[in-house]
Amino acid sequence: MAAMHSQFADDFSGKTMISVRDLRVRYGEREILHGVNFEVKHGETMVIMGGSGSGKSTLLRALVGLEKPSAGEIWLKGKDIATISQEELDDIRKQIGMSFQGGALFGSMSVRDNVALPLREHTELEESTIEIMIRLKLQHVGLTGYEEYMPSQLSGGMKKRAAVARALAMDPEILFFDEPSAGLDPIIAAGIDTLILDLKRAFRMTVIVVTHELASAFLIADRMILIDKGNIVATGTKEEMKANQHPRVRQFLDRVPEPEVAQELDYLQMLTEDVRVS
Amino acid sequence: MEIAYEIGASVTGGLAYVGSLASLGTQAAYFTFVAPFRGKPLRWQRAVSQAMDVGVRALPILSLISFFVGLILALQGAYELRKLGALNLIAQGVAITITRELGPLITAIVVIGRSGSAFAAELGTMRVTEEIDALETMAINPIRFLVTPKFLAMIVMLPCLTIWADFMGIFGGSVFGVSQADFTWASYFQATTDALLMRDIVTGLIKSIMFGITITAVGCHEGLSTGGGAEEVGRSVTRAVVISLFLVIVVDLVFTTLFFYTG
Repeated sequence: MAAMHSQFADDFSGKTMISVRDLRVRYGEREILHGVNFEVKHGETMVIMGGSGSGKSTLLRALVGLEKPSAGEIWLKGKDIATISQEELDDIRKQIGMSFQGGALFGSMSVRDNVALPLREHTELEESTIEIMIRLKLQHVGLTGYEEYMPSQLSGGMKKRAAVARALAMDPEILFFDEPSAGLDPIIAAGIDTLILDLKRAFRMTVIVVTHELASAFLIADRMILIDKGNIVATGTKEEMKANQHPRVRQFLDRVPEPEVAQELDYLQMLTEDVRVS
Repeated sequence: MEIAYEIGASVTGGLAYVGSLASLGTQAAYFTFVAPFRGKPLRWQRAVSQAMDVGVRALPILSLISFFVGLILALQGAYELRKLGALNLIAQGVAITITRELGPLITAIVVIGRSGSAFAAELGTMRVTEEIDALETMAINPIRFLVTPKFLAMIVMLPCLTIWADFMGIFGGSVFGVSQADFTWASYFQATTDALLMRDIVTGLIKSIMFGITITAVGCHEGLSTGGGAEEVGRSVTRAVVISLFLVIVVDLVFTTLFFYTG
């Protein structure tokens, strides 16, 4: 274990920001992720794709420490977050930002207070400095002038932008996005994609995006992972993914629906998977 | 055999539940008394605004209910006492029953309906909208940030509300005493103060603090353990109210027994 620790610690002094080793996550009896392995380099945008129920959101939650793995390792900035203490995990969390699917802005606080919250909680900065930082972050996401708005007064796209501003508050090295374009119209969704690209260019951040929107994925990704039923079925660059002939990759990228099931019994069998229906 | 298994499972489940409430209470106590000395300040402003919600805004309804209960108590007491020609004992009966039992209990019931349910709904909604996850990923402990101000507000406000409910209950009794039982306002007040011992009021207040801890722990626990979806929030609120009512009665029984045997 000690040897392994030093090996990864060395890796992180170089380019690897995230390294996931044989990650398994289970909810009760049900295993959601069955041994996932991948690495993300510094400054890279990794898109995790997969259908509904594939385990991609669980993977993202595990990466930020919201789900405890049942086995395996998640190395973030040289530390295995599955085994470290709460204090160490909190130290790492101060260096990451997460944008949730619905924004997860605090409904009882204005946009200003939402963005200021991590700064007020974790820094000793003067309120005047915090004010300047809030303005800067809102400027980055195109929400200048919306400081006093309450989250309920914002549109879906604006909520996501405000959530990104809050995620940027502590100048994180890694940004995580859960379904950034879900529930948005194509124009607003494209705006969020552009925002992610701009942030990456401007701040050289490592970005992890979970999505099932193909257009968005192929626009922003440096590398991609396709996850299916808790396993990674393909990893690679955009071109490698397009050329990949794995049937599940082809089905996902070519948007082929699951085959029609003619017989009632076959349909039940498909739903219950392993369990024999007779 | 199956019945024994079911009983065992229920007892274990109940104990685990009480254990998780105790754990929540302990963490809130840590963030109130220890963490501020380790650079994690209390959210005083939030605690004060919670105290306004829990306490000040509950005054009108609590005043009415405790006034009526005091009046009802006097009426019911008089029904028996007048047969014995002992209507002059009304003041004593109302004062002791209200301060030792009904004042704290009525306050707790009103607060469960107003605030215990609101805590569960607020935290449950925050769980569903991933706001609690967002706090965690920002390295902000949700118990310090959300639960501790609620505990503080409840522990301070429940005894205050209870004193007010005691006062209004006794006032309710006095209305009957003065109008129907030959008391004057002064003599009713005198009879009440003569009957009451400091011990009666203090035991009521100790109970009210325990009720406050119970209501907050249940409301917050149910809110934080809400599953996905709006329907689950409703279920959490219902559970918070029902479990709080039950546990408040249990705590009441335990403390009343304790006070009974310790004289």
